[in-house]
Amino acid sequence: MGIGGFFGALGRYFIGQLIPPLKGFPLGTCIINLLGCFFLGWFLTVTAKRWKLSNEVRLGISTGVAGGFTTFSTFCVESVKLIEQQQIGMFLLYIGSSIIMGIAMCWVGIRIAREN
Amino acid sequence: MEILVGIGGMFGAIMRFYIGKFIASRTASDFSYATFLINISGCILLGILMNLYRSKDISTTIWMLLGVGFLGAYTTFSTFGYETIGFIEKKLYIQGGVYVLLSITLGIFGAWVGMNIS
Repeated sequence: MGIGGFFGALGRYFIGQLIPPLKGFPLGTCIINLLGCFFLGWFLTVTAKRWKLSNEVRLGISTGVAGGFTTFSTFCVESVKLIEQQQIGMFLLYIGSSIIMGIAMCWVGIRIAREN
Repeated sequence: MEILVGIGGMFGAIMRFYIGKFIASRTASDFSYATFLINISGCILLGILMNLYRSKDISTTIWMLLGVGFLGAYTTFSTFGYETIGFIEKKLYIQGGVYVLLSITLGIFGAWVGMNIS
């Protein structure tokens, strides 16, 4: 799990560096969290029945990689920064899109894993 | 420098796992107290750290290790999303709504408090 967290956090850092904010919108964190939600939904569903993985590997990838890759604290700190800069529209867009699309992406991941 | 993010992330994920287990063993409920408390505490701490980093009281090294690495990995967005789907599938709509709204409002408020205490 520690190894998973190591690579998850590194992956988050590099993707974050790669995707700059778009007109103030924290696009990097948003995409990271959406990808992580999709992956976790897919992975936990596909490994629940069809794929036989040891519990250690499953936890390492879900709690470690996906958990370390996505972040709630950066999301909240970036939201506060948008409020500080009085970009209220951007703030609402950021929290709205992260939450609604994050939950939706997780659901899509689960559906894809169930149908295949 | 990047290696610091990885090392912080390693300890952040392990910390989340053990604190999560500890909280789950002491709460018997449909509500996801573990992820909730982990995320809120992480937001407050990252707010404090961000404040210290902005005022140059901590170095970029410490920020990368503890802020980006440790606290970034300690908190999680993917489990938050997955648990919300769990509420919806069990038709626990009220709990799911409360979980999302409380996580967001207290997370942002916690980060704001952290960024404004000095």
